Amino acid sequence: MREVLETVRSVASAPVSARLALHGVSKCYEVDGRLLPVLEQISLDVADGEFVAVVGASGCGKSTLLRLIAGLDADFEGKLSLDDKPVRGPGLERGIVFQDHRLLPWLTVEANVGLALTAYALPAAERARRVTEVLELVGLDHFAGAYPHQLSGGMAQRAAIARGLVSQPSLLLMDEPFGALDSLTRVYLQEELLRIWERRRVTVVVVTHDVEEAVFLADTVVVLEPDPGRIAARLSIQMERPRDRTDPRFVAYKADILRRLRR
Amino acid sequence: MAWAEPGAGEDRQVPARVQNESEGRRRNAGNVRAARRRVLPWRGAVVPGVILLLWFWAVDGGRVSHALLVPLTQTLAAPWHDPAGQQIWAAAGISLLRMLAGLSIGALLGVVAGVALGLSATARTVGSPTLHALRQVALFAWIPLLTAWLGNGEAAKITFIALGAFFPVFLNTEQGVRDRAVVYQELSAALLLPWRVRLRQVVLPGALPAILVGLEMALLIAWIGTVGAEYAIGTGRGIGAFLATSRDQFRMDLILLGVLVLALVGGAGFAALRGVARSAVPWLKQEEAK
Repeated sequence: MREVLETVRSVASAPVSARLALHGVSKCYEVDGRLLPVLEQISLDVADGEFVAVVGASGCGKSTLLRLIAGLDADFEGKLSLDDKPVRGPGLERGIVFQDHRLLPWLTVEANVGLALTAYALPAAERARRVTEVLELVGLDHFAGAYPHQLSGGMAQRAAIARGLVSQPSLLLMDEPFGALDSLTRVYLQEELLRIWERRRVTVVVVTHDVEEAVFLADTVVVLEPDPGRIAARLSIQMERPRDRTDPRFVAYKADILRRLRR
Repeated sequence: MAWAEPGAGEDRQVPARVQNESEGRRRNAGNVRAARRRVLPWRGAVVPGVILLLWFWAVDGGRVSHALLVPLTQTLAAPWHDPAGQQIWAAAGISLLRMLAGLSIGALLGVVAGVALGLSATARTVGSPTLHALRQVALFAWIPLLTAWLGNGEAAKITFIALGAFFPVFLNTEQGVRDRAVVYQELSAALLLPWRVRLRQVVLPGALPAILVGLEMALLIAWIGTVGAEYAIGTGRGIGAFLATSRDQFRMDLILLGVLVLALVGGAGFAALRGVARSAVPWLKQEEAK
């Protein structure tokens, strides 16, 4: 019981955003008995409240990197810490949003989001309050009772973001969150994501292959090059938000990143 | 390419709110399938109807006459007017209960074994070879062994039915759990779901469509197994025993009645299971359409 209370208290008093540090992180997969390096010596510091986008061609290990930070894969070399505490396994202080929304088709939106609070053993009323609050934040409060198949792709992805945020994580990890959406919905959700980030001030690491998305969203864009995945460049985007995609500076950032990706 | 036209036409019917093209095609395929389902039951009655009419026309009409051919009206009247024929009601009831008992036991064990082997690699390496070898044994080959162990009574029959129902449920559950486990494993891990929640909220509902497919097959096998066991093991009542007695007394009308009742009860059970399955899982139709 004390444990539960402590968990609840630590949730309530958790810092809004977290500092993420990777130092010399390397990862190999075993393929046909041979070790295939996917990530090599990744070192990266993410300040609290920072919005970081990791871009790279498919197969450069960017999703693997995200899975390591999420604690879903503990088999790597190097140091990985969150607020100076080493990452060992998954934790609810890190919310995650997958590329496919991965909502459970047999649960309503509300129940899907509430599932992320299971481990906290909150009283039902508190749980419902938090779910409602986060659904309001993503603009889905009128769809709490809907099933995933009744939602459009963009709405389903917003529900997934709500699920990622409901445990009030200090770090939100997103793996190609808008990759499966049509371009209009994607642009709209990018704006929504910035609005949510400004409200919550959570640290965000988003992985994407869409350079424009990275420049539009992030404070810092990390460019990965493949075989094995290494950091090719780290660019700070010095533009105030909301960013105009036709602004010459925006176009220049895009061109710069694309050039680095092509090499 | 005139035959490409209907496909293009279908795409135009996609409601405006469906933005994603592949999603639209999927929903459309679902609609077409649903429409076909609505028509089918009526069409399905044509063949048996024609057969019954032919029977009536040929035998009842006096056009064909043979000791093995009895009039349709006599067969249909037997459950009401014939003392021996009236036994069919009790026989059908007993067979149905017996099947439900065997099916419940077999299906429950099948789900348990399927979930265990689907989730745990250890359980799979230990249990899989044995279960897959046992599956190769023809169902009716178990009868000598079961009667030797359990006698000629209810225990042997229900065990036999349960054995028949077990395998389709087990195999489908295992596959369903394994397919879904991969997709939702990371999610369950990231949300730190305790295993009980994982089982109840993620694994079992995820495998439910596969479990229901297994259950439909199990129902079929259990019904065949019920009558087979009653016929082969021989003691007690039930449709199988009813058929055996009728054959001994050379009552063709009662044999045909038994076969008709078998088909009707089996078909009704199958339809009922389908109906329950569809209404119990509102998202299932959507899943199927994928």
